[in-house]
Amino acid sequence: MSLELKQITKTVGADTHIYPTSLTLERGSFNTLLGTTLAGKTTLMQLMAGLEKPASGEIWFDGKNVTGTPVQQRNVSMVYQQFINYPNMSVFDNIASPLRVSRTDRSEIEKRVNEIAELLKIEQLLDRRPSELSGGQQQRTAMARALVKDSDLILLDEPLANLDFKLREELRDELPKLFAERNCVVVYATTEPSEALQFAGKTAALHEGRVSQFGPTGDIYRQPNDLTSARVFSEPPINVAHVSKTGAWFSLTEQTKWRAPKAMAKLADGPYTIGIRPHHVSPTMHVKGAVPIEGTVQVAELSGSESIIHFDAHGSSWVSLSHGVHPLRAGEPATLYADIARCLYFDADQQLIVA
Amino acid sequence: MKRYSWLIPTLYILFLMLPIYWLVSMSFKTTNEILGSFTLFPTEFTLDNYRKIFTDPVWYNGYRNSLIYVSINTVLSVAVALPAAYAFSRYRFLGDKHLFFWLLTNRMAPAAVFALPFFQLYSAIGLFDTYLAVALAHTLFNIPLAVWILEGFMSGVPKQLDETAYIDGYSFPSFFIKIFIPTIAAGIGVAAFFCFMFSWVELLLAKTLTAVHAKPIAATMTRTASSSGYELGLLAAAGTLTIVPGAIVIYFVRNYIAKGFALGRV
Repeated sequence: MSLELKQITKTVGADTHIYPTSLTLERGSFNTLLGTTLAGKTTLMQLMAGLEKPASGEIWFDGKNVTGTPVQQRNVSMVYQQFINYPNMSVFDNIASPLRVSRTDRSEIEKRVNEIAELLKIEQLLDRRPSELSGGQQQRTAMARALVKDSDLILLDEPLANLDFKLREELRDELPKLFAERNCVVVYATTEPSEALQFAGKTAALHEGRVSQFGPTGDIYRQPNDLTSARVFSEPPINVAHVSKTGAWFSLTEQTKWRAPKAMAKLADGPYTIGIRPHHVSPTMHVKGAVPIEGTVQVAELSGSESIIHFDAHGSSWVSLSHGVHPLRAGEPATLYADIARCLYFDADQQLIVA
Repeated sequence: MKRYSWLIPTLYILFLMLPIYWLVSMSFKTTNEILGSFTLFPTEFTLDNYRKIFTDPVWYNGYRNSLIYVSINTVLSVAVALPAAYAFSRYRFLGDKHLFFWLLTNRMAPAAVFALPFFQLYSAIGLFDTYLAVALAHTLFNIPLAVWILEGFMSGVPKQLDETAYIDGYSFPSFFIKIFIPTIAAGIGVAAFFCFMFSWVELLLAKTLTAVHAKPIAATMTRTASSSGYELGLLAAAGTLTIVPGAIVIYFVRNYIAKGFALGRV
C-alpha cells in the first residue's frame, strides 16, 4: 500500500528536470523532499500528483499503474507555497469545492467543512472571501481544502515559505497532528533542513534533479551517504575541507593535524574530504580535542542568540554557527575550533566512509 | 503659487467639458435659435428634438440597429478571445509570440483598407445589410484587442489555481466556467468595454456594409440636411444620446479599467 515511483524522468525541451528517480512512499508516512530551489521538488510533486506526465518510467499507487491516469481521478490534494484559493468563492465554498465536485451530500459537506475548519481554527471566517483574509488564514483555507477529502496522497509544496516567522512556527507545530490519523502518503517539500528534522518521518534529499538519498530523516542527518546529501542537509552549508592521511594522522595544513579515529585508522594514506557542520565549529575551545584553524574573519553576523561567522582559512572558506555573541570583527585574524570528532569523512568519490 | 493650484485643472476640465456642454445645450434649442443667435443657455427650452428621435423610426431604428450589432460583436469577440487568450497565457507553442504580435498588427491597418473587400465579400454571400455583417467586420479589430487585454489579466492568475482545480476534481471546461471566468471577471468587463466602444463609434465599416435594415445611428446622424433644411437641434440630440451608452458602460467598468492599467494592459 504505497506510492511507487519507478525510474521516472522529466525533461522539458533539452533540459532534464528529473533524472531517473525511484522512490517508495508508504501510506501513513510523512515524507520530506529536501532541496534548494530548482532542485526539482515541485516538478517531482507535479509528477506524483499527475499534473505532469513523466518522460519515462512509471508511477504506481496501491499496486496499480497510474502513470497515465489524469489528476482528476487520482484522489490527491496539494497545497502550494503561494496561497491558492478560488477568489470568487467564500472560504466555506473553497473548502467544500472538492466535495461538491465529487457530489457529496449537502449535510455531509456541511459537517466535514465545519470539522476541518475547526481543526484549522478558521471556523469563524467561513463567510469571508479569501481576499479578506491574512496570509496565514489564506494558507489555512488552502490546507483545509486539501484535507477535507480523504486523499490518498497529500502534497505540500513549501506551504510555510511565504508566511512570517511566527505564523510559520504556529502552523508547523499543528501540521503533524493534522496528518496523524490519516492513512495517506504525505509529501512535504522544503528548503530548510530544520523543518525536515522537526517533522521526523522520512526525507529524500534532492539535488539538481536527483534524489541523493532517501531514508529516515535522522539517519540522513547523521549519516549522509555522500557529500551531496550532507550539503543538502545543512543550513548554513556544511564546511568541506580537503585533508590528507599519513599514517595515524590526518592533516589539514602542516600545523593542523589530528589523530585518526579508530574506525579510520586502517584507511590507506592519501587525500580525503571532510565535512563539519557549522555548529561544530566555534570561536571558542568548546570541546576537548577541537582542532584550531587559523584564518581571517570575513563576516560576523548575529541572528538572535546565535552568531554566524564566515571565515577564510588560507583560501578555503568556513562557516561557524555558535551560541552567544563573540567580539570578532571582519578583517581581523582569529582562530576557530572545529570539533573534529563530529566530522564526516568522505573518500575520493565523495562517498561517506562509514565508521 | 499654491493659492492658484486649482487654476490649471479647472481650465483643463472646462475645455474638456465645453464641447459636450455645447452639444447638450444645442440639443435643447430649436434650430432657429442655434442658427440665429449666440446663446449660452437655451432661451426657448424644447424637448422636441428628443421627442422626434424617440418617435421617428428612422431615428430610433438607428439606435436599435447599432445596439444590436454592437452587442453581437461584443459577445462574439469576448467569446472567441477567451480561449485564445488562455492559450497564449498558459501554453508555450511554436511561434506563440509572433502570433500574438501578428494579432495586434491587425489593429494597425485603418478600417478603410478593409471596407472594399468586406463589401464585396458580404455582397457575394448575402450578408450585406445585416447585423452580422457589421458585427463580424468589427471582430477583425476587436478580437486582437480582447485577446491582448484578457491575456494580461489571465497571466496575473497563477497557474497553480488551474492545477488546484484539477486536483480538486474539476474537468477543464468546468474549471474554466466555474472558477477561471469569475476570477478574471474584471478583465472580461474591460475587454467587453473596449469592444463595445470601438464598435459603437466605428463609422466607416458600419456605413459601408449596411443600407437600410441594419443602418447604424452614426449613418443616420451624418445625414446633416433633410427635406426641411438643416436640423441642427435634432442632430445635437442624437449626438447626446450617442454618448449615453458609452457613459453608462464606463460607469460600470471604471474600477476595473484602473486595475487593467495597473496590470500593464489596456
